[in-house]
Amino acid sequence: MTDTDVTASSGLRGVPLALTPLTRKDVVSDAEVRWCPGCGDYAVLATFQGVLPELGIARENTVIVSGIGCSSRFPYYVDTYGVHSIHGRAPAIATGLAMTRPDLAVFVVTGDGDALSIGGNHLIHALRRNLNITILLFNNRIYGLTKGQFSPTSEQGKVTKSSPMGSLEVPFNPLSLAIGAEATFVARAIDSDRAGLAQVLTAAAKHRGASFVEIYQNCPIFNDSAFDAIKGKDADESIIRLVDGAPITFAGGTKGVMRDGSTGELSIVDVDEVGIDSLLVHDAHRADPGLAFSLSRLTDPGVLRRAPIGIFRDVERPAYDDLARQQIETAGRPEDPDASMQALLRGAETWTVL
Amino acid sequence: MTEVRTLDHVVIRFAGDSGDGMQLTGDRFTSETANFGNDIATLPNFPAEIRAPAGTLPGVSSFQLHFADNDISTPGDHPEVLVAMNPAALKVNLPDLRLGGMIIVDTSDFSERNLARIGYTTNPLTDGTLDAYQLVTLDLTALAVGAVKDFDLGRKDAARTKNMFALGLLTWLYGRPVDGTEQFLGRRFAAKPVIRDSNLAAFRAGHAYGETTETFAVRYEVGPAPMPAGEYRQINGNIATAYGLMVAAQRAGMPLFLGSYPITPASDILHELSKHKAQGVMTFQAEDEIAGVAAALGASYGGHLGVTTTSGPGLALKMETIGLGVMTELPLVVIDVQRAGPSTGLPTKTEQADLLQAVYGRNGESPLVVLAPQSPGDCFTTALEAARIAITYRTPVIVLSDGYVANGSEPWHVPDVTDIPAIDPGFATEPNGHNAAGQERHHPYLRDPETQVRAWALPGTPGLEHRIGGLEKSDSGMISYDPENHDRMVSLRRAKIDGIARDFADVTVDDPSGTARVLLLGWGSTYGPVRAAAAAVRAAGHDVARAHLRHLNPFPANLGEVLHAYDRVLVPEMNLGQLTTMLRARYLVDVQSYSRVRGLPINSGELAGDVITMIQELSV
Repeated sequence: MTDTDVTASSGLRGVPLALTPLTRKDVVSDAEVRWCPGCGDYAVLATFQGVLPELGIARENTVIVSGIGCSSRFPYYVDTYGVHSIHGRAPAIATGLAMTRPDLAVFVVTGDGDALSIGGNHLIHALRRNLNITILLFNNRIYGLTKGQFSPTSEQGKVTKSSPMGSLEVPFNPLSLAIGAEATFVARAIDSDRAGLAQVLTAAAKHRGASFVEIYQNCPIFNDSAFDAIKGKDADESIIRLVDGAPITFAGGTKGVMRDGSTGELSIVDVDEVGIDSLLVHDAHRADPGLAFSLSRLTDPGVLRRAPIGIFRDVERPAYDDLARQQIETAGRPEDPDASMQALLRGAETWTVL
Repeated sequence: MTEVRTLDHVVIRFAGDSGDGMQLTGDRFTSETANFGNDIATLPNFPAEIRAPAGTLPGVSSFQLHFADNDISTPGDHPEVLVAMNPAALKVNLPDLRLGGMIIVDTSDFSERNLARIGYTTNPLTDGTLDAYQLVTLDLTALAVGAVKDFDLGRKDAARTKNMFALGLLTWLYGRPVDGTEQFLGRRFAAKPVIRDSNLAAFRAGHAYGETTETFAVRYEVGPAPMPAGEYRQINGNIATAYGLMVAAQRAGMPLFLGSYPITPASDILHELSKHKAQGVMTFQAEDEIAGVAAALGASYGGHLGVTTTSGPGLALKMETIGLGVMTELPLVVIDVQRAGPSTGLPTKTEQADLLQAVYGRNGESPLVVLAPQSPGDCFTTALEAARIAITYRTPVIVLSDGYVANGSEPWHVPDVTDIPAIDPGFATEPNGHNAAGQERHHPYLRDPETQVRAWALPGTPGLEHRIGGLEKSDSGMISYDPENHDRMVSLRRAKIDGIARDFADVTVDDPSGTARVLLLGWGSTYGPVRAAAAAVRAAGHDVARAHLRHLNPFPANLGEVLHAYDRVLVPEMNLGQLTTMLRARYLVDVQSYSRVRGLPINSGELAGDVITMIQELSV
């Protein structure tokens, strides 16, 4: 705990650095990992445990707050401070912690049911306020811990134990929701794509303000086919990797994303037909969220064909907790706290009984 | 020359439209009276609607003040003086007025149309309705408008100063000092000189009117009440609660964090604490009640004093998170300013019906500490005690304030902050256990063998990294499904809370004759009415004992003994017998319930009458 990162915009500013560099082993806890064999959570955990030491921050100044669900067991497996809280409330608990403790890097680990159903209200307000926290939403598009009911991201018509004739609900697109909730950092990653996930997680941790990362996470027990489009042999046709400053292409560079000049809508085009110069150039730092939102809408809500992966949006806006602490600084501190408190208790009108 | 008559007490009620400024008028008169040295007790009473239609019965707002030259404990059952600013205020409040009492009426709005609108077919000022009272009719509005005619005010703004004219008149009538109100108006309207000066003019004109007209043959004096030496101020319960929390945070060296969602009548605590950023207080207006308490628990986890404030249905919404506080054994102070329920109920009216919810209303065996303040000033002491228990025992504490103590005010002996003992959070700094491989670890559920208080390490402490959460744990903090472990942990959590009673003073019984057979037991805000009732019963020549509970869970150690010592125990409470139920279950004593759920404090006169009947039946 000797030095701190003073980069003004860094999400880790104010968090003490590790005295000696950490390794992955340092952040693996004593607890036995208990997810189902083949669960995507294992891969996310391994990547996270690889990223954390790279951030350079002190282990004791890292806190993971989770809600309820399979993914919310995450804190038990990382040897930092952690709170496994209650269903949907992790962003609210993290709010109190992040506001009061600028020396902590606060991560929220949540799932599609936890964050988008029971905890939807807390999620949108944490994003709107731009609290300096990093939210990892493990989206397996199913309720796993309660054994397989449809979730707010399950496709319409999904047959589950609680929807034997098919779910009636139109799913949320988590990224569209986050962008609509004024999020300043919005990204998507895939559990099995270790390099891509590590890159996104690192950028998210370093963003000052609320960082929202949707992680496509496979549930082999209750929803094994949910990500076939981006994991199967046609993955190239579906995964659109976003590279800041580069034209948006996929399918080995044969396809691209173009913006219609008159309607502003995005469409998929053959690069050979329109030429690379006609393609939309990705700019995550654009102040207006319109294009990031349009990109989030490329993904169809069913089999997830054409899913942009990477950082959609990364803009600067003052973080709520910084502003809250600033107000306290601005108010000034009394030279003599006891005298100041005594004056407050006395108030404007007192009388003395002899 | 006006005759001056000396009284030992007066109960006065100011009533008008909710836009007439009656709360401000009452508040100012109270301040003048408190500064003069009288003992005071107040009862604001207002509709939940911000401005119900003018001149209607539901739109009436009132403020009652009881002031005396002796120690009083309630705002009084029946006012002796009613100041009514319109016909609706007269109609709503007349039934409460003592026969023979004085009515000062603003006649300005007594038109046929206005009277008909609220169901008067004839004018009550002239039809004999008020023959049993001393009636003083004045066109207060016209007098006020005349007093401020030199200011550049519209007719409406000019008429608005009528409350200050009335205040000036009453200030003269009861010989109150004027300086406090003049200074107050200067402060309040510093940025609006015309409003400041016109209000001052109306106030002074009202005072002068009393002096110069012959409307009042008598003016009254109520001498100062004897009180212990020291410095006093007037305070209401919500402000006292805010101050108690602030002082607790300072004495613990843990900055105060309030997570709260606006709700009547608790919002004033949020408003007050939001002003004190210079004292390091951080306030967070959350997206909902749940986020308010969850953020408070998050702040507590980080080593701040986490507090949430609420009322009515807000407490129900917070319960899951309070349960997490019980399981994770973190400090958390929950201030519940009880109001009449169920559901939305009567938002601005008082009740004590959250007791069973506070003590029992969570899933699983979920024990925590429940305290209740007995008076507005006592809210300070109770908030301080709640924080001390929460921090030292790592537990949620629910404080059951209510609308009556929260909005009521009384003289408060200002404490010396340096006399208040420090609170030691005793954070863990060294490992207290080992893992299977023999490495040093922090075991969060290892406990002090005597108090069962767990070891508490703050994030940021090197080497003590650990996880807590809502799942049952072993001592080491690992998830445990072991049946024996759960059984042990449930018992330990209970034992920890039960053991806190060792810090509580015994219940003291006020039984002057020592021969009383009936015990009156109050809790929370029934303190005043029960005390006044006991005094009335004794004044009528009967023996009655009285005791009061501030600690609802756990109970003070000697409570069972006290209850068993009397032939009859009567518990007056503003619910359908919740404390009664708890006492009967716990002590197997045939406690009798005295319930009143009218949204108002218990009427001490009525209670005294019923107690006398009980005593007489017992001696037959």
